[in-house]
Amino acid sequence: MTDARSAADRLVEIVGKRAEAEATVAVGRAELTRFANSFIHQNVGEEYVNVRLRVAAGGRVATVTGNRADDAALSKLAEDALVVAATQPVDEDWAGLTAPTTIAPADFSHKSTTAATPAGRAATVKSFVGAGEGLLAAGFCDTDSFETAFANSLGHRAAARGSRATIDGIHQTGESAGSAHQTSNAFSDLDGAAAGALAADRARRGLHAFDLKPGDYEVVLAPEPVATIAVFLDFYGLNGKAFNEGQSFVELGAAQFDERITVVDDPMGPGALGEAYDAEGTPKQSTVLIDRGITRTVVHDRRSGRRAGVASTGHAWAMSGSLGPFAGHVVVQPGSDTVDDMIAAVERGVYVATFNYCRILDPKSQVVTGLTRNGTFMIENGAITGAITNLRFTQSFVKAFGPGNVLGVGNDLRYADSEFGQGVVRSPSLRLASWHFTGGAEG
Amino acid sequence: MFDHARTAVEAALAAGATYADARFVESRDEQIEVLNGSVEQLDRGEAAGVGVRALVGSSWGFFGTHDVSPAALRSAGKRATEIAKASAVVPGKPSPLADVPVVQAEYETPFTEAPLEVPLSDKVDLLMAVTAAMQEVKEVRLARASLGAWDTHKWFVSSQGHQIHQHIVETGGGFDATAVGEGESHRRSFPQSFGQFETGGFEIIRRWDFLANAPRIADEAAALLKADNCPEGEMTIILEASQLALQIHESVGHAIELDRILGWEAAFAGTSHLELPKLGTHKYGSELMNITADATLRGALGSFGFDDEGTPAQRVPIVDRGRWVGVLSGRDSAAIAGLPPGGMVRADGYARLPMVRMTNVGLLPGDSSLDEMIAATERGIFMSTNRSWSIDDKRLNFQFGCEIGWEIENGKLGRMVKNPTYTGITPRFWAQLDMLAGESEWVHWGTPNCGKGQPMQVAHTGHSAAPGRFAEVRVGVKG
Repeated sequence: MTDARSAADRLVEIVGKRAEAEATVAVGRAELTRFANSFIHQNVGEEYVNVRLRVAAGGRVATVTGNRADDAALSKLAEDALVVAATQPVDEDWAGLTAPTTIAPADFSHKSTTAATPAGRAATVKSFVGAGEGLLAAGFCDTDSFETAFANSLGHRAAARGSRATIDGIHQTGESAGSAHQTSNAFSDLDGAAAGALAADRARRGLHAFDLKPGDYEVVLAPEPVATIAVFLDFYGLNGKAFNEGQSFVELGAAQFDERITVVDDPMGPGALGEAYDAEGTPKQSTVLIDRGITRTVVHDRRSGRRAGVASTGHAWAMSGSLGPFAGHVVVQPGSDTVDDMIAAVERGVYVATFNYCRILDPKSQVVTGLTRNGTFMIENGAITGAITNLRFTQSFVKAFGPGNVLGVGNDLRYADSEFGQGVVRSPSLRLASWHFTGGAEG
Repeated sequence: MFDHARTAVEAALAAGATYADARFVESRDEQIEVLNGSVEQLDRGEAAGVGVRALVGSSWGFFGTHDVSPAALRSAGKRATEIAKASAVVPGKPSPLADVPVVQAEYETPFTEAPLEVPLSDKVDLLMAVTAAMQEVKEVRLARASLGAWDTHKWFVSSQGHQIHQHIVETGGGFDATAVGEGESHRRSFPQSFGQFETGGFEIIRRWDFLANAPRIADEAAALLKADNCPEGEMTIILEASQLALQIHESVGHAIELDRILGWEAAFAGTSHLELPKLGTHKYGSELMNITADATLRGALGSFGFDDEGTPAQRVPIVDRGRWVGVLSGRDSAAIAGLPPGGMVRADGYARLPMVRMTNVGLLPGDSSLDEMIAATERGIFMSTNRSWSIDDKRLNFQFGCEIGWEIENGKLGRMVKNPTYTGITPRFWAQLDMLAGESEWVHWGTPNCGKGQPMQVAHTGHSAAPGRFAEVRVGVKG
């Protein structure tokens, strides 16, 4: 297998003094077992090498990528980058390379994930499927183990290992569906039977659903919809590039959210999947984004930071030049309420297990439309009284977490599947005073 | 190059597969983005590798590798078979493959100017000039322009004897102006949101003439800051062609994917409101609704010679005068449904499993025109250029937002409106299609960002459309 550190070092060496150079290399194996109609229908694996080189020759910048790490391929990549850069105008916002700083080698990988086999994933899937007798199951179980390395021509070096494993799926009755999700760095943490049982329970409770008249309702949101709200606030608003460009809702230092809301980017803390440095080699650290309702900071890479007159916060990624820096280890801090407590406090409202197909209408107001899916239930007099057909909402996500709108914060913090996928957000359930449903199953 | 794929196929068969196929894929791409006169992104990428698929009993396995040494290719083939055997722990019913012609063939996208050979400085100069033209309008805070191109070679081999080489060339780009006001921002894009992409070379970019359109787009973005909000209510809407193309993509294209109809995408992308027993009788829309899936359209983004199972590109009727008559399928899904395979299975690069994807799912033109539709409308909204899109997992309940709209009163375009949105239920909406523009306004719109599958795959799809009119649609939904 390719040695990521050697490849990154070699790439910078090949560029030599001809340009400033920054190389990132990721090497890994990703495998995914997918099931539908209660059988495994797609089962895939991949060994990958991703090589990325950014050069700046007299402020003329270019980025090239490849998927080979032999010497001939690295040499060609370096020459291509230099040729492309030479044709470019000088980039006035080029912020230079990250200066050498000590980043201890980080290992967030787990041996059960690194050693996971197709048979192991199939067994987890079998447990999920078996937990819903008489129901139809669909979903996936995957494992990803990787090693990354960074080098630049100032002599800065960093390396890390990581892993992730997920079981995510639904059970279906024919007229309803229920979902469940588990993510960890350790494949051995996944409990297919428990996930399957939760999905099956939600599916069975979803039978005989009725159409609820759209309008404003109190809601209890499971961790999945909370994760989607958080990742939208993150990607479209707490993004230094969007903030610089006047596209963000953020007012730094303002109490834009309920005092019960604290959001942190925590790449290295307990339970984190782990990322020791960003795509520019800047060390990662815990960053408080929203502190008890007050918006504290937006995240930056070197370029957006330079434009804002601040330092990088360590949030560069492969697409941050175009899409802006991104906090990819978001934690919505939990509270002390149980889900049962929150439901018991609702006189008339809606419980939502997951959102589906959310899209932003306006980045500044964060008005988003989307739907509920895989478990929408009526709450009356403190108890779930029946299932509801899926609802469409058109709701400002800033206002959703806004002052006075957060009535309860759950103690059930976990990795939750968001609109941006797994492993990005850890969130608890929340009880919100109002949510704007704008359509039902019939429009 | 066929040898790379053949080595992997032979290894899969030796390990016990009853069928195997493999693709050796070599791809290059280039993405350039200029923002306010500064190059924000200039990325060039290249990748090569082999993906091999193996069938054991009723179970499939797939493995992709960047390493094309003989040993690695043999290992990949063996690994695909081992994965297929593991699938049998949770087995399904027998998975036959529909018969297709076994061919040895070549295909190349027709193109004039190889997009990756056009000097980079020419491309950057064009994007700089476009953003400068938009920045002449003082309210425009963000002037962005971009170009993208892909050059892909695929060598496909199957254990049944297929041997197909294809060279696919795709080019596109676009620009947008964003005006930022107090608590709001408005974007206008050209030729459509995310740009226009087609199969072909740099001649596509020259044809769309970015520079000539930049001042108008910038003016419209600025004007939106002073425009009134789209009114709420039920009324007639006329959709500009690129918005109608996305409406087709979301409410028809995904709904007719046979893998979704069979439940294979239930947990993620979703299923479909369509039920196979109703194929041939289900009423999808009005008599004006004629949809085809046509992978043979010259220049459209979803065109190719053969799909990634070696099935020839085809033109398949999907909706005939409002009646649902066809699906998007591959060899396995078609066999299960008892239908002929449609040649609509593609993968996103060498390391992904081929799956059912849209080709060019388009609405055939009518006999009206945009001018005639406006003149025939007493009260309504003309909406242009997508801003947001959302639809449920059965492809029934949708809500779209557009960048700009204009009120129509007594047959004439009136005031500009901002934040135009409309919402509806798929068959009810398509039943309300009552006027459709003709061939002179028919464009092969391209969607370069269609996501589906786990691991996620991004496909490039085409959607031909001309402007269309729909009666009694709910508009102006607000948060």
